[in-house]
Amino acid sequence: MDDAARLLQLVVNGAASGCIYGLIAFGFVLIYKATEMVNFAQGDIMMLGAFVAYSFIHQFGMNYWVGFGLAIAVTAALGFLLDAVVLRRVIGQPQFAVVMLTLGLAFIFRAGAGLAWTYDSVGFMTPFTNKTVNIGGLVLGQDNVSIIVGTLVLCGVLYLFFSRTRLGVAMQAASQNQLAAYYMGIPVRRIFSLIWAISAGVAAVAAVLLAPVSMIDVNMGFLGIKAFAAAVLGGFGSIPGAVIGGVIVGVVEQLSGYFLPPGFQDVTSNIVLLAVLILRPEGLFGKTIRKRV
Amino acid sequence: MRRPFKTLYEQDIRFWRQPSARWWYGLLLIALCAIPLVSGEFYVGELAGLFIFAIAGVGLMLLTGYTGLVSLGHSAFLGIGAYTEAILLSRGLPFYVTLPAAALVTGFAGVAIGIPTLRMSGLYLAIATLAFGSIVGTVLQKWEHVTGGFDGLPVKSPFLFGIKLDGPNGVYYMSLIGLLLVIWLALNVLRSPLGRAFVAIRDSEVSAQSMGINLALYKTISFGLSAAITGLAGGLFAHYVRHLAPDAFDVLLSIQLVTIVFVGGLGSLHGAIFGAMFMRLLPQGIALVRDDLPNWLGRMPGLEPSIFGLILVLCIMYEPMGINGRWMKVKAYFKNFPMHKASAFRRQKSYAKSERLR
Repeated sequence: MDDAARLLQLVVNGAASGCIYGLIAFGFVLIYKATEMVNFAQGDIMMLGAFVAYSFIHQFGMNYWVGFGLAIAVTAALGFLLDAVVLRRVIGQPQFAVVMLTLGLAFIFRAGAGLAWTYDSVGFMTPFTNKTVNIGGLVLGQDNVSIIVGTLVLCGVLYLFFSRTRLGVAMQAASQNQLAAYYMGIPVRRIFSLIWAISAGVAAVAAVLLAPVSMIDVNMGFLGIKAFAAAVLGGFGSIPGAVIGGVIVGVVEQLSGYFLPPGFQDVTSNIVLLAVLILRPEGLFGKTIRKRV
Repeated sequence: MRRPFKTLYEQDIRFWRQPSARWWYGLLLIALCAIPLVSGEFYVGELAGLFIFAIAGVGLMLLTGYTGLVSLGHSAFLGIGAYTEAILLSRGLPFYVTLPAAALVTGFAGVAIGIPTLRMSGLYLAIATLAFGSIVGTVLQKWEHVTGGFDGLPVKSPFLFGIKLDGPNGVYYMSLIGLLLVIWLALNVLRSPLGRAFVAIRDSEVSAQSMGINLALYKTISFGLSAAITGLAGGLFAHYVRHLAPDAFDVLLSIQLVTIVFVGGLGSLHGAIFGAMFMRLLPQGIALVRDDLPNWLGRMPGLEPSIFGLILVLCIMYEPMGINGRWMKVKAYFKNFPMHKASAFRRQKSYAKSERLR
């Protein structure tokens, strides 16, 4: 295989893992925009989504697509309950209290998944496992292509949802101005819980898309740390920014694994994160806004 | 809660809030000095570990509890301090140089990471320090010819004026002196204009700025000071464990350090000590009851972190003032005994509090 093809393959692999980071970052940004909370447990919600899908598809032997849909529904319900039962109580506490709260929840989720399923790595068969697709002479794994296509489809669906449906517009309104949204008769609290549900559902999609390329285990949630780099790169308030940031982080990570000595690949996302914060804290797509007194 | 009648402004910034406190803390100090004479080596070692974590807790309390900045990368500072101490000692420098050097180097590392990141809001700081902690952890693993990589790094025994400070007793007295020094420093910082500036920044950045406080400068000082104290704890930690392994300084340790501050009680030095006690005693408590638990629970690999997580969650939801806050409430209850009011400690909820800049 010549160099250009190898490079292209790396870029595609990177873009695929980057899409996963982007989808997790999507969850962060969605919640942050609406409620000003940062959910450090997002990666672990993805892990729960992966285990739920594993239960439906592998243990109960369901069809892949049925299991996929059920996993999204169950994880979204979990996200809804999480907001309604836990997070709503800490409104008014300082922002870092929420950071610590979600970190604590992440530990509980990890232990819960270990108890309910297993501490070992598991996996399930998908229609995309170990298949290749030939695009114009370039041979790519269907698993990676499915991740990229899946992310694009999901982004399209969510774009239509937020711009065209009543509920989506209500969500936009609630995250722009809570008080005005209340005055317009929008049930802001329920909307916020629904936003948590959507972001958990997106995490579940990321988990199922990731399943062909990675094993499922309780420590999967650490991917969430890499997703922070994606969210910050995209400006932490911009939803398309999060996904594009994720793709950039994923590609940079793959390329640094190829060109730099071993060990660098693990920290690339963190270095990107710090570099963005130092050089351009508003990210690629963010806006700087100063507080007026 | 005792509220003495105030007749002088100086009463607010006295080192001892109440004159009688002097005697109680003196008695506590004498008792702590006497413990190694009467107690077994195991308990002395455990207490030394507690003191070291209390030092780190005080360092983080200055940052999180008093300046209102949260750092999820303090394990990196503990690691930098520990490795600096071990490396300098192995180069043959004397102990009375290496330990302050460990604190200084870590303080500079804190300033270096603080300058670019502290311009941003608190949230970004948490994320940036998380990334920094993970980078330092990887560097400690991969920079093999300096840190020894996964094989770890043995720590030489310290000598002070020809006396070998080794074994649990040596570490115990070193850590006790370190803790006293750090508490004395922290109390004095907090009653100086510097500490007042920290508290002003915590309560409202905008109003602090309009009172003429240079936000970036004071935040950087707070971060550097906090890092230096944590570095001192790291230097002592090196002697406590005697063989450094890079995987000890991971994200989990950072989260444990922040848990010390949160569970202990934000905004009080007592809280840092209580938190360190909680953090060191809980694993012992778990080990005690582990055999009596049903097998699926007792043999669970992630039992300890999950209990930490659960307590952290419950603490933030139901007792945001932590152990120290609970202690104050209990004290107040007995002090006002028949006249106790349930609403005395009711939290003021500020629904409108927003860090959004629009």
